[in-house]
Order: sequence, then C-alpha cells, then structure tokens
Amino acid sequence: MFRQARWDEPLIFELSRPGRRGFIVPEIDPAIKEAVGDIKIPAKLRREKPPELPEVSEVEVIRHYTRLTQMSYGVDNGPVPLGSCTMKYNPRVAFEIAFDPRITMLHPLQDERTVQGLLEILYHLQEWLKHITGMDYCCLHPAAGAHGELAGMLLTRKYHELRGQLDKKREIIVPDSAHGTNPASASMAGFKVVEVPSDENGNIDLDALRAAVGESTAGLMITNPSTLGLFEENIEEITRIIHSVDGLLYYDGANLNGIMGYTRPGDMGFDIAHINIHKTFSSPHGGGGPGAGPICIKDRVVDPDKNIWLHDLLPGYRVVYDEEKDMYRLEGPSKHSIGLLKTFFGNVIPLVWGYVYILSLGARGLRLATEQAVLNTNYFVELIKDVRGYSIPYGPGRHRKHEVVISAEKMKDETGVTAEDVAKGLLDVGLHAPTIYFPLIVKEALMTEFTESETIENIEEYAKRLKEISQIAYTNPSKAKEWPLSTSVKRIDNVRANHPKTLAPTWRIYLRKMRKADSNV
Amino acid sequence: MGHPWMPNSAEETRRKMLEKIGVKKIDELFNDIPPSIRMKPEEWGKLSIGEGRILSEIEVKRRAESLLSKNKVFNNPPPFLGCGAWPHYVPAPVRYIVSRGEFLTTYTPYQAEINQGLMQALFEYQSMMAELLDMDIVNSSMYDWGSAAAEALLMALRVKRGRKKIILCGTLNPFHEKVIRTYLAPHDVVIVKTGIDREQGICKAEEFEKLVDKDTAAIYIENPNFFGLIEENIQEISDISHRAGALYVIGVEPLSLGLIKPPGQLGADIAVGEGQPLGLGLNYGGPYLGIFAIRYDMKLLRQMPGRLIGLTTTIDGKDRAFAMILQTREQHIRREKATSNICTNEALSAIAAAVYLALLGKKGITKLAELIYYNSHYAAKKLSEINGVNTRVFTADFFKEFPLRLEASGKKYSELHEYLLNNGVHGGYYVGNIYPWLGETAIFSFTELHTKNDIDRLVVLIKNFLEG
Repeated sequence: MFRQARWDEPLIFELSRPGRRGFIVPEIDPAIKEAVGDIKIPAKLRREKPPELPEVSEVEVIRHYTRLTQMSYGVDNGPVPLGSCTMKYNPRVAFEIAFDPRITMLHPLQDERTVQGLLEILYHLQEWLKHITGMDYCCLHPAAGAHGELAGMLLTRKYHELRGQLDKKREIIVPDSAHGTNPASASMAGFKVVEVPSDENGNIDLDALRAAVGESTAGLMITNPSTLGLFEENIEEITRIIHSVDGLLYYDGANLNGIMGYTRPGDMGFDIAHINIHKTFSSPHGGGGPGAGPICIKDRVVDPDKNIWLHDLLPGYRVVYDEEKDMYRLEGPSKHSIGLLKTFFGNVIPLVWGYVYILSLGARGLRLATEQAVLNTNYFVELIKDVRGYSIPYGPGRHRKHEVVISAEKMKDETGVTAEDVAKGLLDVGLHAPTIYFPLIVKEALMTEFTESETIENIEEYAKRLKEISQIAYTNPSKAKEWPLSTSVKRIDNVRANHPKTLAPTWRIYLRKMRKADSNV
Repeated sequence: MGHPWMPNSAEETRRKMLEKIGVKKIDELFNDIPPSIRMKPEEWGKLSIGEGRILSEIEVKRRAESLLSKNKVFNNPPPFLGCGAWPHYVPAPVRYIVSRGEFLTTYTPYQAEINQGLMQALFEYQSMMAELLDMDIVNSSMYDWGSAAAEALLMALRVKRGRKKIILCGTLNPFHEKVIRTYLAPHDVVIVKTGIDREQGICKAEEFEKLVDKDTAAIYIENPNFFGLIEENIQEISDISHRAGALYVIGVEPLSLGLIKPPGQLGADIAVGEGQPLGLGLNYGGPYLGIFAIRYDMKLLRQMPGRLIGLTTTIDGKDRAFAMILQTREQHIRREKATSNICTNEALSAIAAAVYLALLGKKGITKLAELIYYNSHYAAKKLSEINGVNTRVFTADFFKEFPLRLEASGKKYSELHEYLLNNGVHGGYYVGNIYPWLGETAIFSFTELHTKNDIDRLVVLIKNFLEG
C-alpha cells in the first residue's frame, strides 16, 4: 500500500537560528589582507545589510532537503507515464560519466586542445543524431526542446529573409493537436500561427491544410507520431504541399521514441528537427530541467548566387573534426548564423548523458527501445479499451506508437468524475498520473506514455487501478472527489494560490501579506 | 535475455504481450508507416550509431574512460577564466542533494500533491534568491544569464507596448549581447549600445540621458560588468530610465551581492543573472541557471516568463501546500499568446542554488564575497608590479575579474597563453579581438579556489615569460 512521507517540514527560513552556519568560508590570507588594505567599493554601491538568508547547520540542510526528496516522486519511485514527456529510466552509468570531474570542471572558454575528449564525445553525438534523424547537420547548442523550436523558427525566418520573401512569409501552420510550445515558439520568432484540424483518423485534415496553405505560409510544425500517439499517414503529401509554396517543415522531436529505427524525419521530408535528449535519450528531467534540445537540418540551398546553405544559418557552435591536425574544434556562429541562443556551448551534462545512452544501446538497442515502448502502449490499450467510462478517440482500431490518449468524457458526463479526479485516484495508490487535459482536441484527456522502461506488472496494475476508479465513479462518485489521501498533502487550493490577495510567490511576499492581514484585524 | 533498461524485452514477456494485442510480430505495430519511408532493419543496422550493437556497462565505462582521459582539468591552480562562468567550489551537500533520484528523475510537478517536496525546494530557491537580489518575485529558472537577459528585454517590449527602443550599456558581456540580438531579431525594435568610458571602464550616465526617449522600453546594464568593474553610475542611470518611463533591467553575478548593493536597491524593475557560481560547476557551458526576478507589480507579473511556485494551502485549509501559479502566462495554456515558449527549464540547478544559499547563509555569502574581492585585488596588485603588465587598465573598482594588458613591446598575449599552458596553467580570456583598442588584453578571474600560492606562482610565471 502506498503511503507517501508526510513531514510537517518548515521552510528553510523557519529553521534559521542566529549564529548557525552550513559552510565554513576560508579566512582571507593575512598577507593578502595586508597587501590589499580596505575594500574600496564606493559607499553608495556597497551592500549595507546582509541578505536575509537562513542561518542553518549542514546537518539541518541535509535533513531538510532529504525530507523534501521524500515528498517527491520521480521515475526512480515508480511509473511516471506522462504523455509526450517520455519519462524513461535514467541509467546511472550515464550519471557517473556525465558528472565526472573531467567534464564538470571544464571551463567553456578553455583552450580547445585541452578539451579534446569532450569534443570527441560531442562530435560523435552529433554524428549519431544525424543518422538517427536522417538529417545532414546537427547542432547541440539549444538548451531544451522549446529552445530548439525557437532555433528552428528563427532559422525558418532567416531562410525566407535571405530569399527576399519574408514580407510575404508570415504564417506558421500547426495542427490542433500540437504541443503548446509549437505555437509559442512560432510566435516568439514573429510569425502568425494558423491552426489546422485533425480528421477522425487522427491525421491532419488534408483539405483544411490545402485551404490554409498559400503564399504566406512560411512553414509547418508537427510531431510525428502526433500527440495522439498516431503516425501521420499522409506525411509525404503534407511535405509536398508545404514545399510547393517554399515553406519549411519542422519536426518536433518530442515523440521520436515512437519511431526510432523504423523511419526518420529526414526520410519523411522534414527540413528541420529538434531532439529532446531528456526524453528520447534518457537524461533525467530534474524536476523540470535541465534538458538539451539539439537541432538537425536537411541541407538545402538558401541563396544560390551567394552560395548560402541552410547549415550556414545554424545557431551557436558545431563540433568539427580537423583531419589534417587530427583535432576536434568548435565552429560558429558563422556570418549568416541566426546567432547565439545561450551564453556558451550547450547543456553538456544532458548531452553526455545522451551520448552514453546511445553508445550503450547502439542502432540495434535504440530500435529495440522503440519497439518496447510501442509494445507497452498497445498492451495497455488492450487492457483499458473496454473499461466503462473511458474511450480512445481518433483512429479507431489503429495501433498507437509511444503513447495513447484516453478520454474520460463519458465518465464525466455520467458520473461527474473528471480526468483530474482520475489522476488524483492514481496518485492515491502511488502511481503517477498521465498528462491530463492534453491534447486539447480530446475532452477529459489522459495522455499516457509508459516508455520502454515500464514493467508489464506495473502496466497491469495501472489498468487495474483505472478500472477500480471507474467502478467507484459509477457507484460512489463523491469518494473520487476526496483523492488523493495517501500523498504528502490532500488536494490543493489553486484559487487561493492564484488570487491576487493571497498570491505568495516568495516567502517575503507571504510574510508581508500576513503582516498586513494581522494589522487589518 | 532482456535488456536491463527494458524489463519487458525478455522474449517470454514480449510474446505474451504480442499475443494479447493480437499481432504475430512486433513489426505489425508499425504497419501504418508508408513503405516508401519505412526503414528496413538491415538499412538501420548499417548506420553508424553507437557501436551498432548493445554494449555492457563495463564496455561503456571503458570507452568513456579513454575519452575522458583526453581532457585536461585545471585544478592546481583552477583556470584563471571568467567572463560569464567561473571556477567556484561546489560544496559536497549540494551535489548530494541534487543526485537523489526523487529530485533528479522527477518531471515538472504538474501533479502537485505527489511532488510537494520538489515544489517547496523550488519555492525556497525563489525566496532565497529574492533576498539576495532584494527583489520580490523570482521565477523558478531560465536557461542561463544570456537567455534570461534576452527574455527580460522581450518582456519589457510587452510591458511597454508601442515603445521600440532598447538601450544596452556598452560594458555588457559580449556573449550576452549576442543572445539578446538573436532573441530580439524578429521583433520591431532598435537596439542602441552606449560606449565605454575608456578611463573608468564603465558606462556614463550622460550618454543614457542623450539616448533615452519616450520610445525607450528598457535600459539594460550589467553589474559587475564584463570587465569585472563596478558600474558606479548605476543609480543615476536608473533615475534616467524611470524618468523616461522605461523599465530598468540589471544583470548580476550573484556572489558579488555579498558586497555590492543588490538590484532591488538600485531601482531595478527586472533583475537577471547567472546562477552558475552557486554550486553548479563549470560543465563546459551548461547546465547553468538563468536568474529572473521582478518587483511586485501585477503589470510586470502578468508579463513575466517562466514557471512560478507559490505558497498556498490544501482545500480544507488545514495544511500548507505549494502550487504552480499564474500558469495562464505559460505556453501549455496560452499557446501563441504565452509570455515565452519556455517549458523545460533548469529546475535542478535552482535546487542546487537553494542548497548552496542555505549552506552559506546570511554571513557566509558576505564572507565569500570578501574573500573573492581580496584574492582578485591581491592578484591585480602583484601582477601590476611586473614590468610590462598593466592590471589597472580602468580605474573603477572591480570584483573577481579584471583585464590584464601586456604593455611590453612586441609581446603577444597568445605567446603568454602558450607559455602558461606549457606550465600547466590556464590563463585568462583574450579580448583583444573583441575590443581592438584594448590591445593585448585578457580578462583574468580569481575566486575562492585560487590560493595565495596559486596567485604568486602566476606572477612568477608571467614575470619569467616577460623577462625570459
């Protein structure tokens, strides 16, 4: 039976006692003090009062944060089938290698001759990603999937700019099932977003697409498989339609785990793709990050007169191998590059993690990972498809890929028990909920992705619990509103959390509001 | 036999699952991929991906070891490099806490009830960072300083809708400037950069007075600046910015705030910075931690990018609880109208910074800033005693780093760099190509990790180089 730790753990500020410290800062060398004399920072720029940080001992810091970890839940605790998040196991051998001091202690501006081992790792990663995606160039610079999308959209923009058609090319097309980052990235790059609907098979509605595409189309962004877990069967036709108006096709790699070894974005006709190292290639999510979002491109000429190619536009740095000197070095950003998207090279620790994952599995193992992920999804579909209150909309009878979207709409209509209640009912027995209310085109959506890491026993347990929840919904629906009871806290007051009067984004704001409330009494 | 990371890959389990699904071979699950774009296993197998085959952990470690051994770690002494990332000590408890699987392997806490600990840790990061900056609201992270600065200026353009000008103080980190220009490129905006006072090495208030107008959305300044110098006119420039109705954005290196007045006391509407010094390590450029803070103003808050954790209670009002707040600003709700496209951020770096700040505490942060100040000033003094070396290229006071100029005739910095490397020392970062008027100049950085011996040895080496 699941019982999450329920510490009444104070905030670190509340643990503070005068005079305690968690770290000894070495004394300034007396000879140095004497040679330098007094601090010369002008008085008007000197901090007068030290920051109100807590004063706690090292023992308390360790206990405090250990208790907080006990009230958290990741892949190491159990299944986390968040759809489109690809929460696979994060192999510890990669942790050891990625956090080796021979990586963590390298400065980004260090002489290239002193970081040859790392550059070789990154070079191979670039090359492998090229083969995995079927693209011509890869760039490891972006720090996350959305960062890669922004890079791709800026690349699309620059492409049209250099071709002298940016004044016309104002629109990016995204399907209604797209991740929220897609339209947000297009919009950050200055494009207008045009949405196209999906048909009942879960494919893009081709007629609607043809109607939406025209002179003003700069490009299209999609995932394939889609967020419904369905392979876009008309991808070649979509490619033709977009290319016919000189638009570029952008591949959101969030769902790459559903097709590795079976097909590649490059073969489908995509021009630009990002890869989520923290999804497909097993680097951990860290409670929200860091990730790494390399982008890969299929090369094409941008300006034939000036001999500018799409790869000239790539952001940041690429690792190149200099055969003559038998050395690896960084190249870029070149003259036509869209520029830097972050201060330095890239998120190296997740990148090395991804390298270790690919090295460990090889082409053969990656294909196996995809097969196991898809096997898990479809096995789960079999267990859940006839359970009362749930349905699997779009593409009836079609096999799913990396994920499946279940709708609890019927259950909600008939019993009032919502997708959120279902999610809380899962948490209550120590199973992390799927992604809920996404994609937006499915009502009461439960988007579920087990990845290759989940055991058959846990998948069965998951299905069993969903069935139980359904039974409770149809017999005693009010019980479903009480979940979760076994987690650190019960359901949370989101109204209070977001109300301008009670909004407390930091401890200092909270204290200020409390004081104000007290003085009003 | 099954693969260790794929429990259901054992043949027995695979067969059982396929049977239930009602297909004979796993390939059938991929039948909707058109044959024209579907890869045959032998084609895929021919591609050079990893070593093709599945490796054992022992083989992987062996291969990694052979590559890692080709890296040269400068540990004794640490590199004298800064310019946006600095060698600082990572306390053992920091690495330990962020290695724990419950934090390391967790997703963004979309399910709050089961991730209260993670959310409390992020709330504590936001709250401690707010104290350090003396700002009211801090988000739970951006990618790094460069991208945080860029997002701050995009935010200013939204808050000051209709205004089209951004003024940059000319002493900003040139890498940050590049990131800012990349992010702002698609937007209808004019970026103006001030000059650098060649005597003091900082920005002059008069220049902002001349450039600022009713079209200015924001002024951006970094303190300490790229050269490590303290921007003495930062308060005056704040007043100029506010008189024109523009937002004032200050970028900071957080450890300097043990000694230097924080952005909240200098009129900053938005503060950004690099959290890398707070227990993250160098990592060859990332992951780092983009700091992003604002003062409490609903007009600013509604336009703020990134994730926020707030303190609330359970519905029954009995327990304290944490929730993601103001999510309607974010991409998963607002889509193309979101304040940013950021989704995956640097949460684990923020937790590392929280543990770091808790360990150092109120007194430790000041002591550490003083130690860094003294070490860097000692280095500047000793190095300046060498004939042909100038460490007071500029007159403004500095923190942690400063430009070192070779003034001996005919000596190139690249030669000194080679000489130092041959002696196992990594010198500063050459900036003569970025600022040709500075000549043979590199920025040298000194932290708590550089001992008096390290500095004295550097002095001897440079002296020998110039005299030899």
